Amino acid sequence: MIGLEHYLTVAATLFVIGIFGIFLNRKNVIILLMSIELMLLSVNINLVAFSSFLGDLVGQVFTLFVLTVAAAEAAIGLAILVGFFRNRGTIAVEDVNVMKG
Amino acid sequence: MIQADLNIILPEVILSLYAMLALVGAVYSGKDKLAPLLVWLTAGLFALLAFWIAGSTGPSQTAFGGMFVDDGFARFAKIMILISAAVVLVMSQEYMLRRNLLRFEYPLLIALALVGMMMMVSAGDLMSLYMGLELQSLSLYVIASLRRDSVKSTEAGLKYFVLGALSSGLLLYGASLCYGYSGTTLFSGIIAAAGDHHAPLGLLLGLVLISSGLAFKVSAVPFHMWTPDVYEGAPTPITAFFATAPKVAAIGLFARVMHDAFGGITADWQQIIALLSLLSMFLGSIAAIGQTNIKRLMAYSSIAHMGYALMGLAAGTAFGIQALLIYMAIYVTMSIGTFAFILLMEKDGQPVTDISALHMLSRAHPGRAIAMLVLLFSLAGVPPMVGFFGKLYVLRAAYDAGLAWLALAGVIASVIGAFYYLRIVFYMYFGDDQDDNLDRTRAPVLQTVLFVSALIMVVGIANLFGIEGAAEAAAATLVR
Repeated sequence: MIGLEHYLTVAATLFVIGIFGIFLNRKNVIILLMSIELMLLSVNINLVAFSSFLGDLVGQVFTLFVLTVAAAEAAIGLAILVGFFRNRGTIAVEDVNVMKG
Repeated sequence: MIQADLNIILPEVILSLYAMLALVGAVYSGKDKLAPLLVWLTAGLFALLAFWIAGSTGPSQTAFGGMFVDDGFARFAKIMILISAAVVLVMSQEYMLRRNLLRFEYPLLIALALVGMMMMVSAGDLMSLYMGLELQSLSLYVIASLRRDSVKSTEAGLKYFVLGALSSGLLLYGASLCYGYSGTTLFSGIIAAAGDHHAPLGLLLGLVLISSGLAFKVSAVPFHMWTPDVYEGAPTPITAFFATAPKVAAIGLFARVMHDAFGGITADWQQIIALLSLLSMFLGSIAAIGQTNIKRLMAYSSIAHMGYALMGLAAGTAFGIQALLIYMAIYVTMSIGTFAFILLMEKDGQPVTDISALHMLSRAHPGRAIAMLVLLFSLAGVPPMVGFFGKLYVLRAAYDAGLAWLALAGVIASVIGAFYYLRIVFYMYFGDDQDDNLDRTRAPVLQTVLFVSALIMVVGIANLFGIEGAAEAAAATLVR
């Protein structure tokens, strides 16, 4: 029987993969965007699992909001990336280094 | 029913309708030719809404089943946000016009970001918290990379975006855990589920993740990495905006979540906030010493200031929130004045940000130098200036709440921090002689803002313009 904890485990795993994708990836900014998307989607799994476990619809409403925001976020991220590419001619993560933070 | 709810959120509705209508109007008509007009219109609308909110003194009320809270705390924060954004908008006009940066999207994106911020400080539910936060963040990512043809500006936008999205992800994961372990997204439900002193482990994990997400937004150490780069890369008027309204909104939201949703388990989050505060104060003060770019220096300075503001939150008392509100009001006023000074720094029509350009400024521009001196003393917290009273309040709040070690650390950090503020004063008055001084830029708005802000730092010591009472009333509505 697949219960709540299985869903939570999958979500937690995906979330951690997303975070590692952001910190370990040295190649491409697009992969960063994918990792961010992965994090948001793992949260959605969490929310839907809790929503079904609790028998409460609020979690699914939350999921719809998160999906909408994730789409807007991806659009804005890609737009900024296009602007960056036009100026710098590359989208490698190691080239995002004009300023040293 | 819906009518009453809409009445409560009327300021936000008006602002978002204005932003959308103006966007459509500008796209179908003059486009960038309309931008100067839109800047004034938007700033005027902000000021109008601020006066309106200041005039509404009714009791606390909630809309949409508790998702939106309109209380004294939210009103106080909204007034700060609206007024500071209006001043920054007016200040940026000239700079952006001359550099061909004034696009019509700029005032409208700021208006949309402000809707998000007003939503944040009024959030009564994890969903409205998230939507407000994202509306603000998404607008800010775009504003940071407004200068599309500059590598620095787009890089700043990219860094801000990636780290901001990561922090939203952390916050959201925490929110989902809070929902799961309390069965509701309403703050009033979470505080009931958390109970007194015995919160379930999942809820605590959610609390930690939410606080780290919010710490990103207030740029508290160890989540501050984006701040110096974004401050340096973004055009200066936009940096001035980043240093003011979003900080107030983020710290307002932080206080709102901690007290409204986790007010019963103060002891659990007090440690986290105290640590964030301690690290921010020290890193902000020490890392700023090596900076030569005044925008980066202001970034570290803002990190340190957020550390002091968080000290008020760490106290976990109504007096702590009062201290936090007073501190933020003073910080915002000082920052606006300092950025007016930075916007005035030009050589041959080009903006300069290196502090070596300030050598012997007192000879060529005595007025500007004295105003900046007052502001820097105030930023450092030197006693006769208003900035000192802000620090005094948060230190007292921390001491009263039994965090004497934190208050002591705050004093030490402010002594370290005074070094780099006073170094600029030293450059201005006792620096090396140099031939090419800063331009005598004729910018009446910037000069007015600079001198008024400096004047407030001196005149305000009489009674802080009565802000203590207002902040006390506001804090009383949050901490019950």
